[in-house]
Amino acid sequence: MSVRVQAEPFDAGAETAGFTAAQHDAGAVVTFTGIVRDVEGGLLRMEIEHYPGMTQSAIARIAEEAVSRWSLADVLVIHRFGALTPGEPIMMVATAARHRAEAFAAAEFLMDYLKSRAPFWKKEITREGAAWVEARDADEDALRRW
Amino acid sequence: MTIDVLYFAWVRERIGLPREKVVTQAATVAALVDELRGREERYAAAFADLSALRVALDQELSEFDAPLDGVREVAFFPPMTGG
Repeated sequence: MSVRVQAEPFDAGAETAGFTAAQHDAGAVVTFTGIVRDVEGGLLRMEIEHYPGMTQSAIARIAEEAVSRWSLADVLVIHRFGALTPGEPIMMVATAARHRAEAFAAAEFLMDYLKSRAPFWKKEITREGAAWVEARDADEDALRRW
Repeated sequence: MTIDVLYFAWVRERIGLPREKVVTQAATVAALVDELRGREERYAAAFADLSALRVALDQELSEFDAPLDGVREVAFFPPMTGG
């Protein structure tokens, strides 16, 4: 299991290749990459703030839960902070399991929990000004299915 | 007791600082919030609607009615927007 919280960019392709090559008992690898979406009016950049003391442990706990619920062979979570521009990867998850159903479900679980239980806050800076991205009720609702 | 109080995102911006040490006898998070609200308008504005805020005690998500006994670090922030 690997959890990385970093300001630096990452190469999702290289991470996927490395993660896949390291698996021996798994029959399925699922990856998800989140990228900075442009907004109407033109996004200049997105600034991601986090809670350094809490972020790593909060994500690790979510990842451990995923490993135990779906008997994952391995899991990788990378999440960036700092200033990002549209199209840049923000974060990725990779899950490895014996079969694809477990790998897909665990990846969705990770995404749902990272969205509203990992201490990150996004701010969008456009030409019109800056605004914090608000959490949506749907994000909280998504946790109930697990 | 002295507690490290941290603020993130718009809570940080509204209060105007990322962290501070607070000397308090507050028994619960809610009591600490009441003390902070009474300080200055910027605190009152930041803590106007607790339903828009979340709290972590010693880096674990918690509740506003939780006791502060033994807690060293309290963080206030809006709902998280990771992923």
